Amino acid sequence: MKPRSPLEAVLLPAAAAAAIVALWWAAVAWTKTTVFPSPAAVAGGIADLARKGLLFAYVRDSLLRVAAGYGAALAVGIPLGVFLGWRPRAARAANPVIQFLRPISPLAWIPVAIVLFGVNDSAAIFLIFLASLFPILVSAMNGVRAVPAMYRQAGENFGLPRRALLARVVFPAALPEILTGLRIALGVAWIVVVAAEMIAVNSGLGYLVIDSRNAGKRYDLVVAAMLLIGVIGLLLNVLVQRVSRLRAVRWGFREEAS
Amino acid sequence: MISASSPEPAPGRTKLAIRGLSMMFRGADAEVRVLEALDLDVREGEFVCILGPSGCGKSTLLNIVAGFLPPSSGTVRIDGEEVRGPDPRRIFVFQERGVFPWLTVEGNIGFGLGRLPKTERGKRIRHYVRLVGLEGFEKAYPHELSGGMKQRVEVARALAVDPDMLYLDEPFGALDSITRLEMRRELLRIWQAEKKTILFVTHDIEESVQLADRVVVLSARPARIRRIVEIDLPHPRDLSSRRYLELRDGIFEEIGLAHRV
Repeated sequence: MKPRSPLEAVLLPAAAAAAIVALWWAAVAWTKTTVFPSPAAVAGGIADLARKGLLFAYVRDSLLRVAAGYGAALAVGIPLGVFLGWRPRAARAANPVIQFLRPISPLAWIPVAIVLFGVNDSAAIFLIFLASLFPILVSAMNGVRAVPAMYRQAGENFGLPRRALLARVVFPAALPEILTGLRIALGVAWIVVVAAEMIAVNSGLGYLVIDSRNAGKRYDLVVAAMLLIGVIGLLLNVLVQRVSRLRAVRWGFREEAS
Repeated sequence: MISASSPEPAPGRTKLAIRGLSMMFRGADAEVRVLEALDLDVREGEFVCILGPSGCGKSTLLNIVAGFLPPSSGTVRIDGEEVRGPDPRRIFVFQERGVFPWLTVEGNIGFGLGRLPKTERGKRIRHYVRLVGLEGFEKAYPHELSGGMKQRVEVARALAVDPDMLYLDEPFGALDSITRLEMRRELLRIWQAEKKTILFVTHDIEESVQLADRVVVLSARPARIRRIVEIDLPHPRDLSSRRYLELRDGIFEEIGLAHRV
């Protein structure tokens, strides 16, 4: 990878963001809209939320839901995926079911989630769990299946019993692909938490969007929530990318632009 | 100009005995016969090259000897004991692609030393890092190394568990020609220092004559042993000596290749 100058890494994206904000501001001024807020109004909205103590509370609630649902998906998806990848017969049996369930949007599960858990936190967490489970499961399964036979043979040659072979050879060899799945899953989880909070709960950034719209058409708060969702999503992605730069997994990501 | 003195390893104990070894693979619509009725004995401490054209089944042979594949018929015995699976006393060295990319040089070389106490483990790692000339690269990851260095890591990883045999499957095939010559010299040095029995698969005639005590020439598929050539030259070998050229050309003829391209 070419080393990039700070100019390219920070200044250029910042300039692009500034240009878009300027464009937005100009468009609001030019159209004299009374519905869509200007950047200043949105900044005011965010300050408002902070004053009422809602900003921190909503961000925290959304992140906690993602942590719970995503964490459960990790706990189920990685072991199950590694197992399926390790046992080709089990994978052949399970794969059609996985491929059938995978394209069903997590949003289609909302009624089911509500029936199962009621209108509460558990329903939202369940939706996040479901949404992040499939990318994790599939990447773990495929990652393990794609481990070159040579690595397994070398591990066996050194006398590793099965369990150690999994832990010391198969899992680390599959890790880059698993991490790719984790990253996709975290993105999906963050998208789904917003949708889930619109329906099932009364806190969080998704709730902020729908509540601001319903209670008094506060579009400054709607857009403020959108901005927060975007910024946090960006930060989450950066966080996962950091993990894939660790030297022990770096080898698996050499072609990937960051 | 045939030298009367025999090459270093005196006829010793039989290490490896292959008897009536055949291998068939079930193809799409027919059975493919890969190896046919091979018999071979390898002495302890001997360096034997298995030479044959690409796709003749020599890698299959090595995989069977290493215990990765069960043969269709016949037996492989080492020290009188039938081979039923891979064994840390005999390490298979792949092309450099066999190093573990998630481990450092140190981690790779110490991979098979899990049962040793930590200080002993560190000592052995240091010894083999030095033996293959990778001092200063202990903390490097394989993707930060050249092909030749990765190959050294893999050889060191194999040697570190102190096996009595090494199986090498075209180990230097992916290296450039200068690095390849260097690696051959290193392998010979290590073989002489560590007294291992080596089975080395290659399709490179020159390579086999430079390295081996004996060259086992295989036919095209299904592979049979065409001839076993004793290389009665002491190391280091003079690659322009009459005897070297004679042996090399003999094998060229045996395989049915012309002298001119």
